[in-house]
Amino acid sequence: MLSVTIQKRLPDFLLDVSFSTGQEIVVLFGPSGSGKTTILNCIAGLVHPDEGEIVLNGRTFYRQGQKPLPVQKRNVGYLFQEYALFPHMTVGQNIRYGLKTGNALHLEPLLSTVGIVHLLEKYPHQLSGGQKQRVALVRALATEPDLLLLDEPLSALDADTRRQCQDELLRLHDMWRIPFLLVTHDREEAERLGDTILLLENGNLVDGDKPKSHTTTSSS
Amino acid sequence: METSLTPLMLSLKVAALSTSFVFVLGMLGARWMTQKEFWGKNVLESFFLLPLVLPPTVVGFGLLLLFGKNGFLGQLLAQWFDIQVIFTLTGAVIASIVVSFPLMYQSAVAAFSGVDRRLENAARTMGASEWRVFWTVAFPLAWPGLLAGLVLSFARGLGEFGATLMLAGYIPGKTDTIPVAIYFAVEAGQMEKALFWVVIIVSLGMGTTLWLNWWTRRNVRSYANQK
Repeated sequence: MLSVTIQKRLPDFLLDVSFSTGQEIVVLFGPSGSGKTTILNCIAGLVHPDEGEIVLNGRTFYRQGQKPLPVQKRNVGYLFQEYALFPHMTVGQNIRYGLKTGNALHLEPLLSTVGIVHLLEKYPHQLSGGQKQRVALVRALATEPDLLLLDEPLSALDADTRRQCQDELLRLHDMWRIPFLLVTHDREEAERLGDTILLLENGNLVDGDKPKSHTTTSSS
Repeated sequence: METSLTPLMLSLKVAALSTSFVFVLGMLGARWMTQKEFWGKNVLESFFLLPLVLPPTVVGFGLLLLFGKNGFLGQLLAQWFDIQVIFTLTGAVIASIVVSFPLMYQSAVAAFSGVDRRLENAARTMGASEWRVFWTVAFPLAWPGLLAGLVLSFARGLGEFGATLMLAGYIPGKTDTIPVAIYFAVEAGQMEKALFWVVIIVSLGMGTTLWLNWWTRRNVRSYANQK
């Protein structure tokens, strides 16, 4: 269970959101520059809110007035926009980067589900967009995170690949059973992937739609 | 004409020693400065770059005050480690460190700034400590720029004259690096000897800049291919 209540002053507006989620796919949907990525960064611990609280499964990541939990200790997977694969490492090295030692049993089924076993010796610049996306996804899950953040994971792909990758995401979510928090500005994608959709405009959640939603609340 | 090769050996020794210090100091300084924001950062950075714009005699004068017999650091080194700086090779190394530091620092700042912050953040979200992020992501990706800075610093250390003369003086066989040897050869009317050293130092300098040019182009090309 993830619960997020944060306020952060951004150059153009005040980011002020509050929501919580169980083990479902929550889509943060809204126009560019509405604060979506900042929310992900706050949860990952790359930036800190000005006020509020972030709690995942009873572990407090951030609470106003307390020292925030460092990024390294949060155990949150983060799939960055444009993937941020290490260009000087092979696919295999990228994937193993965050492994806790002697703990790679979960990798085999993951690799074969996503179908990238044949790419392990290649370098990122030798991969297609869809392959990079898959590698980045496997790399983020290889650390066995308690939560996966995805920042526009499919925006760089063509329509067909995109659809395939959406299916794959849904399949992996079924396998993994952790909350996925996904940012997109594509309405179709939001509707296809999200159990819950949170609409963000100028730093505020304007409404949460889709009836499947059961744990989500939105504020101001 | 008989010319001792001591100046070449001394120059190489001074440049090698100073470059090893400058590489570590410049790299860590640059890494620190590109990661932190603090009050007075701009002033500190200007101070780092000062030896680039000051006349070497001014740098030498400052170092004399600091490392001289009555200087703060001079006394400290003499009392604690029994190290004499003035008129020694140590002095030449220190002078060389100070004048070549800005070159290494600038190259390293550019190199680290060129590393995509998201890559480092990705490593952090995977649990990597700051030390691991540095060695496995920032350092290898910044390496082409760091190496360029290292070579530039070496070349600058090899050619250092003004501050060296003020701090280490001219003691044949002890502190006569090539640039200093050239000056005193001309002074004594030994033009052939001076020319000999000029040819050597021009070749070394030319070799360095040629290599640097090639290396930079090569890296720009391989980066373009990756894109």
